Amino acid sequence: MEIPGNVTTARQMGLVACTRCTKVWPGETERCGRCGHRMQSRDPGSLQRAWAWWVVGLICYIPANTYPMLSTRTLVSKSEDTIVGGAVELAHHGSYGIAIVILVASVLIPIGKFAVIAALAIGVRRGTRMSQLRRHQLYEVVEYIGRWSMIDVFVVAILSSLVQLGALASIAPGKASLFFALSVIFTMLSAQSFDSRMIWDRDSEPTPQPLQPQEVHA
Amino acid sequence: MPWAQDSEILSTCLRSGESAYVSTTNLLFLQERHEPVGPQIRTFRDVSRDLDQLIACPRCDAVYHVEEPGMGERAVCARCHNVLIAPRKRAGKQIIAIALAIVVLVIAATIFPFLSIRAAGVSHGSSVLDAALAFSSSSLLVVLTLAVAALIVFIPVLRALLVIYVLTPVVFDRPPWPGAIRAFRLSEGLRPWSMAEIFAIGCAVALVKVADLADVHFGPAFWMFSALVVLMMLKDSYMCRYSVWKSLET
Ligand SMILES: [Zn+2]
Ligand SMILES: [Zn+2]
Repeated sequence: MEIPGNVTTARQMGLVACTRCTKVWPGETERCGRCGHRMQSRDPGSLQRAWAWWVVGLICYIPANTYPMLSTRTLVSKSEDTIVGGAVELAHHGSYGIAIVILVASVLIPIGKFAVIAALAIGVRRGTRMSQLRRHQLYEVVEYIGRWSMIDVFVVAILSSLVQLGALASIAPGKASLFFALSVIFTMLSAQSFDSRMIWDRDSEPTPQPLQPQEVHA
Repeated sequence: MPWAQDSEILSTCLRSGESAYVSTTNLLFLQERHEPVGPQIRTFRDVSRDLDQLIACPRCDAVYHVEEPGMGERAVCARCHNVLIAPRKRAGKQIIAIALAIVVLVIAATIFPFLSIRAAGVSHGSSVLDAALAFSSSSLLVVLTLAVAALIVFIPVLRALLVIYVLTPVVFDRPPWPGAIRAFRLSEGLRPWSMAEIFAIGCAVALVKVADLADVHFGPAFWMFSALVVLMMLKDSYMCRYSVWKSLET
């Protein structure tokens, strides 16, 4: 059985791999001859791009929380709720379940995504005690969960198109929905820019000994 | 070319009897009912003979000698557990059928209401089109109308059409249609941006939220979206990208 630690990477073999179709080419190749995807052994701009999207995403996340997400108008009242405000309101009415779901989906998960991407990017530069597999799993989780945050924007769209009962009650989307959507899109782009192959690089950085000619005849 | 040199060095090692250096190329972790199958030893000499026999994990860059798994088996990266090869019998025809169903369902689901609400005699139904247009009331949010329509309708339909275009000639053993490679590359690139299934779950959340405010019912489009969730998951699990790229190779 192969032990994961003994794995040879395309980079160590002087090859470059296509991340779209998995084909392997000699190191100097720039474009994959099978699918045409641009190839780089390790994209030097990957971390910078990931950080750039990360910062823009975080900036958008602030107005997403300060502006109202929904404005609700009924016969007796008119209210504008931010994400957290809406959850608190629901909790006051006794719907603790939904309040917790909303807080987890729109507050905990987005902040968790920012934290994980930042930790992964710092880990690539500075090294970390966390195992490579664990970091890779974190990356996969962030990549998988990222798109699901869009559910908040869809719920706003659904509610504001559905609850149009004339004078009785109506719901309209607030400015926060735009910033929230942008924040989700930018964090998705940030995660996509991050080259997960870098997670595995640090420990296997030196070329394996058998490939050194001096070793053979020593 | 550096890899050629490496292999020469290695073949020298082999001749001088240094058996410790034999298994330098990694081996694919075959998974059959989650039971790893015994690996076979490959040497660097085999590697240099042709790169076509190599595959690199796009997630962690580990290189493997292709040992194509049987139908229904999966080849998984030994260190990051990414699925690399997962061929299935008659997958092409099944994927085309699913993609056709997705196109029909998404278009139908756009027109029919997915939820309807009734309170004090006033009743109102909402379709995906209405949901997207909900953002058009304000000039700032109007871009969201386009984004929502793209994520829920255009991109899923486009991906399904691209897959049909790519796989139809493959299934009938014809040469790929022109632009098939670009079409499949685009379809793969759009994968994270197809969000119809997220919208389906969003419907359920919205229903719970307004349930105590008014009488809410699922419309026909909700069931279509629920079917879409299942179909999209099936399509992704049937699709062996390695096999598709291999079949598009000229
Ligand atoms: Zn390629
Ligand atoms: Zn891998």
